[in-house]
Amino acid sequence: MTVETNQLGARGEDAAAAYLDRIGMTIVDRNWRCKLGEIDIVALDGTDLVLVEVKTRRSVRRGTPEEAVSTTKQQRIVRLARSYIAEAGLRTAGVRFDVVAITVLAEDRALLRHHRAAFTVSD
Amino acid sequence: MHATVMTATLSGVEALPVEVQADVTSGLPMFSIVGLGDTAVQEARERVRSAIRASGLEFPNARVIINLAPAPLRKHGTGFDLPIALAILVATRQIPTAVVQRVAAVGELSLDGSVRSVPGVLAHAYAAARNDLALLGPSCILPAASAVGGVRYRVVNHIRSLLTEGDYTIAPDASLASDATSVPDLADVAGQESAKRALEVAAAGGHNLLLVGPPGSGKTMLARRLCGILPPLSHDERLETALVHSVAGISEEAVLAGRRPFRSPHHSSSVGGLVGGGAPCRPGEVSLAHNGVLFLDELPEFGPAALQSLRQPLEDGTVTLVRVEGRVTYPARFSLIAAMNPCPCGYLGDSERMCRCSEAAQSRYVSRIGGPLLDRIDMQLRVDRIDPQQIMEAGDTESSVIVARRVAAAREFALEHNRTFAAPGSRLFSEYAIQPLARRTIESYCRTMHLSGRAVTKLARVARTIADIELTDTVSQDHVYEAIRFRLDVS
Repeated sequence: MTVETNQLGARGEDAAAAYLDRIGMTIVDRNWRCKLGEIDIVALDGTDLVLVEVKTRRSVRRGTPEEAVSTTKQQRIVRLARSYIAEAGLRTAGVRFDVVAITVLAEDRALLRHHRAAFTVSD
Repeated sequence: MHATVMTATLSGVEALPVEVQADVTSGLPMFSIVGLGDTAVQEARERVRSAIRASGLEFPNARVIINLAPAPLRKHGTGFDLPIALAILVATRQIPTAVVQRVAAVGELSLDGSVRSVPGVLAHAYAAARNDLALLGPSCILPAASAVGGVRYRVVNHIRSLLTEGDYTIAPDASLASDATSVPDLADVAGQESAKRALEVAAAGGHNLLLVGPPGSGKTMLARRLCGILPPLSHDERLETALVHSVAGISEEAVLAGRRPFRSPHHSSSVGGLVGGGAPCRPGEVSLAHNGVLFLDELPEFGPAALQSLRQPLEDGTVTLVRVEGRVTYPARFSLIAAMNPCPCGYLGDSERMCRCSEAAQSRYVSRIGGPLLDRIDMQLRVDRIDPQQIMEAGDTESSVIVARRVAAAREFALEHNRTFAAPGSRLFSEYAIQPLARRTIESYCRTMHLSGRAVTKLARVARTIADIELTDTVSQDHVYEAIRFRLDVS
């Protein structure tokens, strides 16, 4: 991973956090890490705990950013969620998995799509 | 938050009650269905989720567990969509509990929330009536509910309409309408008087019939006219047959209107196709022909396994399929009418064309059918090509309506005398009121022809039917002679 793509990801996560804050969600954690991986954004939306995966792409030439959130990735996020809830000792009414997909259009323009409840635990 | 909705799953021609239990709790969002559902049941998750959302209702962002009880029973089909959606909507208090109380629901969901029909609604209507439940489902439950009679039902074409407590209607006991639509008429057949007579005897006594003749002698044409001279289905027969058609996913409309089924499977049919099978089990052609006619054209061309599989249904009137998951029994009481060429080239015994088959080829051809099956066919008849001259000159012949009247009278006559069809050997002659002279004729014929015990019974039965057509109490020697004419020594 180049420094450039790293920076792109970080900028995307900043933009996503700003957006979620603006629509009234409370950001609880950013880039929460454990040995299983990383959760980009943890937020509270009313009584729900929301775990957000942010995906940023410079072009859709290799598919949309949403497509990059594969089933394997979803399962990893679910596992991460379990350990986050256990560790943070959080008790909320509900849990939700959101995806924020950002496509960069120009130097200062990007398209942001917010998918609420993008996926659930599969069995 | 719990909710329970009743439904049923098909096994044979029966719908076995199944309870759909929904449990919606907080936790990581997931949706799983347990309780031995097949792939179609598992796929219900996607349909239910989309249908609920498309209806402007909310699919819970929570842990959704569906259990199908009793858990050890295998469940199949898409009819679980509607009850699952209902259970979730009741558990999340989006629709009132009263909507699903004392109700059995069945139906497949479209992604847009509309409710689609599923096979076997007639069986579901029966199950609902038996368990004193009202039936909730797509519009196809309406004819089913009225066929069973006295079933309370509510048609739901879209899950949105479930938001309100709807009214249940009691289906009136349907006065099943008769329809006498285009069944081919016997009057269309020129000549062939003895074949027509054979059809009449077969119809009157419920005998199986084999027509042997060269190509173009009108075997198929004759066979197609058997349904037209059989009496219309009785109320109970309609329901029995319609039930089989319903679970097979075939429209039961014609059967409910009293039309006897006529099934003519191609000779490439498999054993499963003929007697039923598959997973889940589906009824075969013999069951779809229940209370009707099964026509097997080109009999020797059928596979040997397929032909031998007909023996049980011919004898018992039912088919019992045993599988790992259990056993199912389908009804299969049908009139068999088979047709075949006398030899591979078709012209053996023809008055104009020479048969080009070797003797070995001829006997191989006939032996494909096998003795045990031939033994179960009461009547065999040679049908010859008739000369074109005769076709042109043929005058008015009897129409099916007239023959049907005689057949109905003969059946009623037989019923009045309360004759059991399978009279045991020793009582056979007294039961059928066979005159001593006629009895001696049967005995000497059987001795010369080396007939089996079963063949004797069949011969006596055919003679009895001929006497029934004449509405005479005793079986005379003439009746026996005519019965012997319907025995052809094919093998």
